[in-house]
Amino acid sequence: MAEIKFEEAMKKLEKIVEDLESGELSLDEALKKYQEGIELSRLANQKLESAKKKIDLLVKNKKGEFELKPFEDSGQKEE
Amino acid sequence: MEARHIYKVSEITRDIKVILENTFGQVWVEGEISNFKAHPSGHFYFSLKDESALLAAVMFARANKELKFKLEDGQKVICFGNIGVYEPRGQYQLVIEKMEPQGVGSLQLALEQLKAKLEKEGLFDPQHKRQIPYLPRNIGLVTSGSGAALKDILKVLERRFNDAHIILNSVRVQGEGAKEEIAQAVNDFNLFNRQARPEDRIEVMIVGRGGGSIEDLWAFNEEIVARAIYNSAIPVISAVGHERDWTIADLVADLRAATPSAAAEQVIPRKEDLSQRLDELTERLINSFLEMAVNCKEEIEQFIRRLSLGVAHIWELNNSSFSALLKKLNLLNPVALLPRHQEKIFSLARQIYIQADHSLKIRQAEFLKFSSRLSDLNPLNILNRGYSVTFGSDGAVIKEAKSIKPGAMIQTRVHKGEIFSKVTEVKQDG
Repeated sequence: MAEIKFEEAMKKLEKIVEDLESGELSLDEALKKYQEGIELSRLANQKLESAKKKIDLLVKNKKGEFELKPFEDSGQKEE
Repeated sequence: MEARHIYKVSEITRDIKVILENTFGQVWVEGEISNFKAHPSGHFYFSLKDESALLAAVMFARANKELKFKLEDGQKVICFGNIGVYEPRGQYQLVIEKMEPQGVGSLQLALEQLKAKLEKEGLFDPQHKRQIPYLPRNIGLVTSGSGAALKDILKVLERRFNDAHIILNSVRVQGEGAKEEIAQAVNDFNLFNRQARPEDRIEVMIVGRGGGSIEDLWAFNEEIVARAIYNSAIPVISAVGHERDWTIADLVADLRAATPSAAAEQVIPRKEDLSQRLDELTERLINSFLEMAVNCKEEIEQFIRRLSLGVAHIWELNNSSFSALLKKLNLLNPVALLPRHQEKIFSLARQIYIQADHSLKIRQAEFLKFSSRLSDLNPLNILNRGYSVTFGSDGAVIKEAKSIKPGAMIQTRVHKGEIFSKVTEVKQDG
């Protein structure tokens, strides 16, 4: 499971639960979906605990291109 | 009579001008604007009137450019300026430096005017409001990098679940140049989105600032900011000042949050809510699967039961048919069949023999019969009963006397041997 965002994991998990509840899956499909679901659930939980703040500052360089620079929230004085 | 002093028009007009300007100097005058005309040069010409008098007025471009609101006939205003005389037309007028709407302040009036204008254009229509995404991955912030709003928002992030990526576009939120920076920041985020990869694109933007006076918040009432927000493809949450402060930005935004922290709470859910939802989903996942597994187990058991019944049944069935088959097989068994074949062969052989023998006898009998008839018909047999056969010289049998002439040689076959003779006389019967 590549680096997945919490919200993506939740969406996928929701879809899997719906599929399983629909009852149309064959047993081994259901098994595969179930395992995927458990993995997503574990991942989402891990995300919940480990989420850390990420703030960047959008700046436009001379060429008018956008760049993102980390923003320290120490109330950094605007230059 | 003393010498009459006769003024020239310009003399008396100038004297009047001096007296008037010295007497009044700078004055505040209130009245209602009428026959307002904005001259191409940028100067405003109009009159101020009340129920019984009219005062000509002029507001040069240099002064009217500072006005926050638009002048319209019928507006009640308070003006500050100098009384002056415009000699070429012998007209006294008020040359206005500053002007305020009567009753409500000019800012308020300007706000109402802009609101009316934008409302007419439909910028506030609810159907233009866009959905705020539930769990946005990337959130844009247009506020001051060192302002109170940012601190509030960061506090919200602290205590809530923030898996999202915040991108701050730091701007001045009041004073000179604020409105341009704010509008530009909103446009920049939209530009940023066009260049960014889908997963980096900003899904929602918070535009706002901390509390302040109406002048402090004024940038968020500016038309340029209103239009930038309206034209933004990215949904905008406005968060300007405190609960009671309403700005044009709030009316145009897709969602108005009472304060910056409220805006943050709108897009950054509480951790508890999320974990609760996650637990719920996980539970449903496990239950649905268990239920299915249980069903399957039952189904499988049922299968097994039916299968075993079936097998037994099949077995019996087979058994009987099996043995039948077996017998049949034996019968068909080539080795077993051998004696039968032999037997068959013998019987066939016998039959053949019988047949053959039978047909032989028949043939023999026929043969005998034929041969006896044959011998009866054998012309030579008649001979032994005294008959004879006479042949001509040509070898043909002579049946009529007339066919022979006397002197011809004839040959007679008798039972035993032949006689050669010469014909002396021929006599034909009848």
